[in-house]
Amino acid sequence: MAHFEKANSIGEWLDQRLAVETLKRVLQTEYWIPKNINFLWAMGMVLAATFGILLVSGIFLLMYYQPNVNSAFDSVNYTIMSEVGYGWLWRHIHGVGASIVFLIIYIHMFTGIYYGSYKKGRELIWLSGMGLYVAFSAEAFSGYMLPWGQMSYWAGMVITNLFSGGSLHADGLVEWIRGDYVPGQAFLNRFFMLHVLLIPLAIIGLIVLHFGTLRIPHVNNQDGEEIDFDEAAKLYKEGKVKESKVIPFSPVFLSKDVLVMGVYFILFFYLVFYHFEFAMDPVNFDPANGLKTPTHIYPEWYFLWSYEVLRPFSTNIGLIAFAIAQVIFFLLPFLDKSPNVAPASRRGLFKFWFWAMLIDMLVLTFMGKLPPEGIWSVIGLVAALVFFALWIALPIITAKEKKL
Amino acid sequence: MSNKTTKGRRDFMGMALGGFTALGGLGALYAMKRTWDPLPSVKAAGFTTIDLKDAPENVLITEKWRGKPIFVLKQSKEMMAKTTEKTKKRLIQIGDAHYMVSVGLCTHLGCIPGYNPEKESFLCACHGGTYDATADVTKAPPPRGLDIPPFKIDGTKLVLGETGPEYEKMLADGTTLAV
Repeated sequence: MAHFEKANSIGEWLDQRLAVETLKRVLQTEYWIPKNINFLWAMGMVLAATFGILLVSGIFLLMYYQPNVNSAFDSVNYTIMSEVGYGWLWRHIHGVGASIVFLIIYIHMFTGIYYGSYKKGRELIWLSGMGLYVAFSAEAFSGYMLPWGQMSYWAGMVITNLFSGGSLHADGLVEWIRGDYVPGQAFLNRFFMLHVLLIPLAIIGLIVLHFGTLRIPHVNNQDGEEIDFDEAAKLYKEGKVKESKVIPFSPVFLSKDVLVMGVYFILFFYLVFYHFEFAMDPVNFDPANGLKTPTHIYPEWYFLWSYEVLRPFSTNIGLIAFAIAQVIFFLLPFLDKSPNVAPASRRGLFKFWFWAMLIDMLVLTFMGKLPPEGIWSVIGLVAALVFFALWIALPIITAKEKKL
Repeated sequence: MSNKTTKGRRDFMGMALGGFTALGGLGALYAMKRTWDPLPSVKAAGFTTIDLKDAPENVLITEKWRGKPIFVLKQSKEMMAKTTEKTKKRLIQIGDAHYMVSVGLCTHLGCIPGYNPEKESFLCACHGGTYDATADVTKAPPPRGLDIPPFKIDGTKLVLGETGPEYEKMLADGTTLAV
């Protein structure tokens, strides 16, 4: 039995048993953030908050949703939308949140690319972040199956067919994933399980890892400057707050985060209440029908760029291109050969590479939404080829970059 | 007891524990794999009989087999005139009539192509692939014509799910892949 003194306050009582003072110091008051940052550095906490909102709205949807091919559609579109008090609110928050979370993820990613926040000790931050991107993609896809509308069914059909591997004809694998020849009850049930349990568990684990990887290298800053955090922290603790290059995560940096989050949530709830329809595809308001494909199948906007990488090629090449596009961003820290951690604007050719990549992904996104005909097919093909050309060029142009 | 024997015993216990844990882990993985398999009831349900007698020419009929759409298209004289040696092999002959019977899922990624009776061709709206009236591919991305389901001819009827000599011939000469 360890020795305990009588505590004089609840705080002290908790500290004796849980070391809450130490936790607070390590995770908040002495976790140092550089001063030289801008609002883009708030996207991490914006994402964490959005994940929290998705979790809460999901819990309430879970109370009435029925994972059954005969009743799933009505449990969402009738029961939750018109019978359950405020059921529509949870659904619209969940739908809008699932879409907007990808917008913030892409901003967060491209911020990291622009400022070189994936290099020199920060590789694991990038890799765990990409792991989160993949997990969120799987979470979005599995959730999209649940209303069991036409888009749910046919997206499920098309995406699971990707696993046949083109000419490999691994139809057995596809049927194993589905638990049936076509998406059916077994399919809906297992994707329900993935959506509400297994993938969220993986996401929570990855978020903890992502925060952990940030701890030792610390967050980057606007100039990619290498900061002596011990020295800067010492200055701050001595009261030389102005001279120090850092601030504590909580409450100082967090208060900036909260300001950005405030602006973000005004926009978020504006969309939830007035423009939720952008996240609700009209085709998915027809119940799933295995004998009728919608005239035009397209994924949600956040998958369009990789869909467009798949589309212009024949099956096998398309699948290989798609598979490469899914994982190529993982390799970014290893394909960027430059020693410089600096904003793209100061990195010579990389500046053009960054903007070319961003614009190319926007073009792919727009082309993915348009029907695969005539000039759109050609632009899509060119943009897909440019995407791969840029990745091939990256190690070459970064190797030639002058050290700053 | 000397340190050496303690170490030997600990190594043995460690290896024994590790071995049994690995064994249990493999067993668990196998059980998990089997749990994801299609149920026997799903696999057993799988025979559909369709009667081709009254099928009209150049009108697409859609049946259902194993949850998948089955296209039936009776060929007209004009359509037959357009067939080649290769595409003719895709058709099922009953008496004088020729029928295109295939699984109505695009061989690219499984969307259902739509039939245009005027152009006598199929278009898959998902990725723009096209097929002719015998369901042979005419424009990529689909890698091949629509797959033909296993069938057995029984008078004017077709039993889907059973394998007859005509279907075996199609498999043997590569006209279709096994579905």
